[in-house]
This record gives sequence, C-alpha cells and structure tokens, in this order.
Amino acid sequence: MSILSVHDIKKSYGAIQAVSGVSFNVEPGEILGVIGPNGSGKTTLFNSILGQIKPDSGRVEFEGVDISGNSPLEMSRLGIGRTFQNLQVFGKLSLRDNLIAAAQEFHGTFWGRMFAPPDNGLRERADEMIEMFRLKHVADLPAGSLSYGQQKLVDIAMAFMPAPRLVLLDEPCAGVNPSLVDGLRELLVELNKKQGGSFVVIEHNMDFVMKLCHRIVCMVEGKVLAVGKPEEIQNNRDVLEAYLGN
Amino acid sequence: MTDFMQLLLSGVATGAIYAMAALGFTLLWQAAGTINFAQGEFVMLPAFAMLIGMSFGLPLWASFIVAVALSVVVLGAAFKRWIVDPMRGSGVVAVVVATLGLSIGLKSLVKAGYSAEPHPFPSIFGDEVFKLAGVTVSYADVGALVFAGLMVVGLQTFLNRTITGRAMQAVAQNTFSAEALGINVKRMIFYTFAINAILVCVTALLITPTYLAKFDMGDNIGLKAFFAAIIGGFNNSRGALLGGVLVGVLENLAGAYITPAYKDGVALLLFLAVILVKPDGLLGTPQERKV
Amino acid sequence: MSKQHLAFLVVAVAALAIAPALLKTYGLYLLTLWLVYIIAAMGLNLTVGYAGLKSLCHAGFMGVGAYTVAIMMKAGFSFWLASPVAIVLCFVLGLVIGFPALRVQLHYLGFATLGFNLLLVLFFRNEEWLTGGTFGIQNIKRPELFGFSFEGNLAFYFLVLLITLVAGAALAALLRSPWGRAFAALRDNPIRAESTGVNITAYTLMSFAIGAAYAGIAGALFAPLVNFIEPAPFGIANSLLFLMMVVVGGSGRFYGPVLGAAIALLLPEYLRFLKDWYLAVFGFAAVIMMIWLPGGLLSLREALLLRKAKREAKQKELSERAAAAAGKDTVEAA
Repeated sequence: MSILSVHDIKKSYGAIQAVSGVSFNVEPGEILGVIGPNGSGKTTLFNSILGQIKPDSGRVEFEGVDISGNSPLEMSRLGIGRTFQNLQVFGKLSLRDNLIAAAQEFHGTFWGRMFAPPDNGLRERADEMIEMFRLKHVADLPAGSLSYGQQKLVDIAMAFMPAPRLVLLDEPCAGVNPSLVDGLRELLVELNKKQGGSFVVIEHNMDFVMKLCHRIVCMVEGKVLAVGKPEEIQNNRDVLEAYLGN
Repeated sequence: MTDFMQLLLSGVATGAIYAMAALGFTLLWQAAGTINFAQGEFVMLPAFAMLIGMSFGLPLWASFIVAVALSVVVLGAAFKRWIVDPMRGSGVVAVVVATLGLSIGLKSLVKAGYSAEPHPFPSIFGDEVFKLAGVTVSYADVGALVFAGLMVVGLQTFLNRTITGRAMQAVAQNTFSAEALGINVKRMIFYTFAINAILVCVTALLITPTYLAKFDMGDNIGLKAFFAAIIGGFNNSRGALLGGVLVGVLENLAGAYITPAYKDGVALLLFLAVILVKPDGLLGTPQERKV
Repeated sequence: MSKQHLAFLVVAVAALAIAPALLKTYGLYLLTLWLVYIIAAMGLNLTVGYAGLKSLCHAGFMGVGAYTVAIMMKAGFSFWLASPVAIVLCFVLGLVIGFPALRVQLHYLGFATLGFNLLLVLFFRNEEWLTGGTFGIQNIKRPELFGFSFEGNLAFYFLVLLITLVAGAALAALLRSPWGRAFAALRDNPIRAESTGVNITAYTLMSFAIGAAYAGIAGALFAPLVNFIEPAPFGIANSLLFLMMVVVGGSGRFYGPVLGAAIALLLPEYLRFLKDWYLAVFGFAAVIMMIWLPGGLLSLREALLLRKAKREAKQKELSERAAAAAGKDTVEAA
C-alpha cells in the first residue's frame, strides 16, 4: 500500500488555477522528487496536502486513511512532518531547544508534561541529531542568531526529530551554499536509511534531485507532466521542452 | 413605535460617529500595520485645537484648517516618524503599550494643561431639529450620517480609482513587491498617516457638538470604533460604516429594551458574536496578512 | 540553577524578612502591596511574555478574585475556603476569555480583552446586590488559622511573602518543564509550533487560565490587605499598568515582574510633586520606554552589549580598510 496517495487535487485562486488535477503515489521508504518551473503549483500542492490550505477538490490518503482537510496539528500527530520554504524556527529558543520542541509533544500526555523533566527525555536524541547535522558548536545559541544556512539545517532537523513516516521538504537547498549541497544530500540519504521514512522533496537544484530521488514527478502549469525514474525524466522530451521553453 | 424609530435614528447617527473613527483606524492598520490605541485621543486633540483657535477669535472654518494642518504634522508625520517607525520590529506588545501610554499621556496633558471640564462646541449644521414621521431628528445627526457616508465613499474611491490610492493598497498587501515596482513605500505609508490625521479632524468637527469637548471624550469612541471596524470587516471601508451603524443602533435598542446599565458592553458582545461566526467581519473578505 | 542565582535568592528573601523592622506602617503596606502586584504581574508575564498573547484584562481578573473573597467572607466563609474558590473561578474565567484568543488574530485579542475588562467593571458597578455597586464592600477581615490571627500588618505581610514565594516557585517549575518550551514555541512561531504537534488551542487557553488564576491569588490577598474594595482599581487603567509592569521589567524574563511592580509602585510616590501632571509624564514615559528599550529594563545589559558589539564591528571594518589602503601604498611605493 502506498504511504501517500494524492487523488486529483485542484486549487484555484480566483481565475488562476494553481493546481488542476494532480494525482500521484508515494511508496514506503521512497524519496520522491517534485520538480517544475516556477509557478507550476508545487508549493500550493504541498500546502494542500499538508492541510495549510484547503483544496477545492480532491483527496489525500495517508496509509490508506483519508487525511483531506486535516489541520496541521492532526497531520503532525499522524506522523507527517514538513520543512518550510521560508525558514520557520523558534528564534528565541536555543538550537537544542528547537529540536526538543519539535518532538516533545509526542512523548507523554498533555498534563503529564507539566511534571516531566525539562527535556522530556529527548536530550539524547536531540544531541544525536546535532551530531549528525554537525551543529554541535552552535547548539546552545538562540536559533534566531544563527546564519541562514545553519537555520536551514535546524529547520530540516526539526522535521525529522519526531521520526515521521512521511516528510515533505520544501526546497531544502534554497539559499544553501553550493559547497554544502552534497553534504545535505548525503544527510538526507542517511536519514532515509536510518529512519526508513518516505520523503517528498520540492527542489529546483536538478543535480541534487536527480542524485537523491528514487522517482520524480514533473509538474507544469498545475498538472503532472511526467512521472518516472531520474534517468527517464532526464531524457523526457516534454520535460526538457517545459524547462527550455520557459 | 415612534420611540423605536427615535432610538433607531439616533442609533444610526451615533453609529455614523463610530464609523468615522473606525475608518482611520482601519486605514492605519491596513496600510501601515499600526494598531493605534490612541485613536480616540486623535479625535479629541483636534477638537481642542479648534476650541483654542476659536478662543483666539478665529472663525470655525479657519480653526478647522489650522487644526488639519497641525494634525497632519503632529498626528501624522511626527507620530509616524518618532513613534511608529522606531518601533518597527519591536513586536506588537511594544506598540500596544506605547499607544496606550500615548492615549493616557494625551488625555492627561489636556486635562492638566487645559481643562478637565466639558466645553460646548458649535455645530456646522446649527441646532435645529425637524420632525419626520413623528420622530425628532436634528440636522446635526443627519449631517453626521451623510458626512460619514461621504467619507467612506470618498476613501474607497481614492483607494481604488487613483494611482496613489492603488499604490497605497499595493504597499499594504506586499511591501516588497511594491518597492520592487518602484513605488515609494515610505511616502505611501506617510500618506496613510496623513489621511488618518485629516479624517480625525473631520470626525472631531462632526461629533464634538453632540458629545462636548472633554479630555476623556476619546475613551468611548476609541474602543467602540475598534469593535465597529472589526464587526464590519477590517479590510473594507464600507465595513466600518456598517459596523458603526450596527453598534450604534443595537446599543440604543439594548439600552432601552433590555438594560441601560450594560449598554457599553453591547459593542463587545456583538464583536464576539461576529468573530465567532464570521472572523473576517460582516463585509470583510479573507485576506492574508503580510505579517 | 547556578550557585550565584541561589545565593542571590537567599539574600533577597533574607532582606525581605528583615525589611519590616526598618519600615513604618505605610512602608510595610507598600511592601505588602508590592508582593501582591508581583503575583499578579507574574501571571501576566506567563500569558504575555512567555506565551506571547495580548491580555489587557488582568485587573479585571484580580477584581474577580478580590470580590469573590470579600463576598464569601462577608457571608461567613473562611478565607481559606474563599481563596481557592476565587482562584478556580478566575481560572475558569481565563479559559472562557481565552476562547476569542483562538478565533481572533493576534492584534484583535488586546481589544477583546479590554472589552471583557469593561464588562467586568460594569458588572462590579451595577450588581449592587452582590458587589455593593459603587459603594463597594467594607471591613474585609484578614484571615485566621488555627486560632492565629493575621490581622496584624506584620503577620499578614509574612503570609503574603510566603504565598508569593510559593507562587513564584510553582511558576518557575512550570516554565522549566516541557510546558515552558511549548509556550515559547507558541510565542515564537505558532505556525511551526502547530506543525510539530504543539496544541495551540490547549496551550493558549492554559496560558490565559493560569495567568488569570495568578491574578485571582493577587486579588484574594488584595481584599484583606486594603480592607475595602470598590470597582475602580479593577478597570482598564490598571490592566494597562500590569501590562506595563511586565513589559518595563522585561517581558518573558522571570524577574521582570519584580522590577516592573517596584517601579509601578514607587513611581507615583516619587513623582507626587508632579500632581496633576503625573499621569501625563507617566504616559509619555511609557512611550519613550517602548521606543528606546522595548525589551524592558532587564534587557538593558543586552542592548548595551549589542550596541558595543556593533560599534566594535564598525571600528574593525574602518581600521581594516585603512590598513588595506596603507598596505597598497607601500606595495606601490616599493
């Protein structure tokens, strides 16, 4: 059974059809890339899947359960995580606290947490993540004071802290120093192996996408143009036209 | 029945007043992201400015012009430059405390520096009343309503049909893009404050005759204006008018038929009812806030 | 907690224990009132400073606490029964008022809570049969415990001191627990918080309710302290005062309320010479404070350090440029 099934999502803003009937599946453990020229509706699609905006029509199923219309809170509880295109971290909290905050609500009960130890038992796991992302030297600084690239890593690490079964990453390479992109890709591969989750990645960096993803969905003007393995997509004439034509 | 009509009509007149104060409030929020808790005092100050002008012998219209000029400089430019601008990025709580402090400061300044007493204020419509279907209506009331309507229409026309107005709207919706398009963002925001400064002067001119000029006349207006703005729809000038009239009328009716003691609470209850059912206000459209 | 912190606290508590010996009646009254204000301000600091919500109804909650205790004690109930009732009532009221917080965008909340405060004051003023209306309730006695009476100013002061310390410790414990982090997440980035499982609804309501409960504690102590209560101190003006205590001290900093309450209490005393102009000065001082030091007084150190760092960075840049220019000249000369 696919871990995520997207059926015929449609969303328009007034006269503009941002997403006009998109369907695809994500298999367990798979890394799926979503590419397409600017304005092809990728982020709108993401936000529709994740409950941030309400699609006009269509259905989304997670592990066979209909999640259309779930709130972001409900999504997180089901084991779905996400990163944000514009960085969203907890500025005044330390880096480590950001990571703990990202997972603490999944351990213990609401009332129980009033009496739980400050880290809710998550310090070890947070430190593991910090090691993996090589952020040890800034772990105690407020997240808001870190560099853009570092905050980006925190953003991604936060998404993975609660060990979600599905993570949606919105342009993880945007604004990252080109020399660090390979390291980021290796990190994601490692996380994919270690945690066994499925990823859906929107990204413009073609090299990154082709090397990272098992399969790729190409979107143009709100529709799916092609789906396939990286080699297939790279040689797909329609895809090449869509990019070169723009 | 005539009692009901009387209440209705005076409620509409009062509501028009709330609407006028609400307009500027809405504008400041829309175009400059500023929550001005001192908006009531911004109406009170021009009223006293005009009083002082007249005590120097100036006729009302001249006093009004002087008040407008002073208002644009002080309540528009100075307010923006020395209070709002420096606090950009300090968080909303800072702005709340600052404008509340400003509200208290201005009230006390007038109370201690000028007078704690209420003062009469001449009406541009005179004091006559006339009878309409057995109900007493004052020209001042009708005038207030007409002017409020004109202000709303005027503002909407300006915002939607002139280049400057549309530029102001662009700045409100997306400062980045507006700047990229070559719009002088700083000037547009200044215009917003300037327009508010003018609006409050007109409001003062129209409402002070009824309420009398007193240092705390802003209290009642400020809070009600805010509720009126939200009820009508914060991103819609016509909303301010609808919200204001609704509050004015319902207040009067509740005060007469239910209990006069809680009359001032009607605005709040209506506000709560509206935001629970239609969070964007009665005429408002869901809009993504740039913040 | 660091050793310095602990030492500081021990010294502070010792000072507070000895202080009454140095004060006359009025001074002791002010000291007690200061502690009461601290309790209220601590609660507001949780709602505004730690959870990032705008609450302008705090004096109203304090009024609910005060009136509940006064009314119940007049009816013959013991202070020790009336106070918990007052606190629970305030907690529930906080939940009720927290609801608009969820439906209403950030900025509207301030006005909604102002409106509630207004409603509460109207209630205190109008329902004479219950609250005594504008005449208020007089002769509120101080509590008794197992025959020991807290009627004396000194005894009552120590009771208030004890309650303040317990309330403070409880709040500190709450903020140290995962709840503290959840509140901060709610404040710093509600969108992200929701995506990481933080139940915005639950934490918002709780921050309001707990804040209100603390105001209730303060009110319950306020009534016997001042002996006579009427609607005036529970209005919008004092709600703003509490907000200012939190913000001026340092919003979101644990000891902010302590400092803020001290200023709020002492300022009117020192500025008495201003008479009618006092409020004007107060209002404008608030504006200036927000422009120059929006983080509150406890952020002064950071603000100065930041300014120093910026100045040093600028110096460094200028001297580097000068060195580079000089270096170029020597190379060219050679």
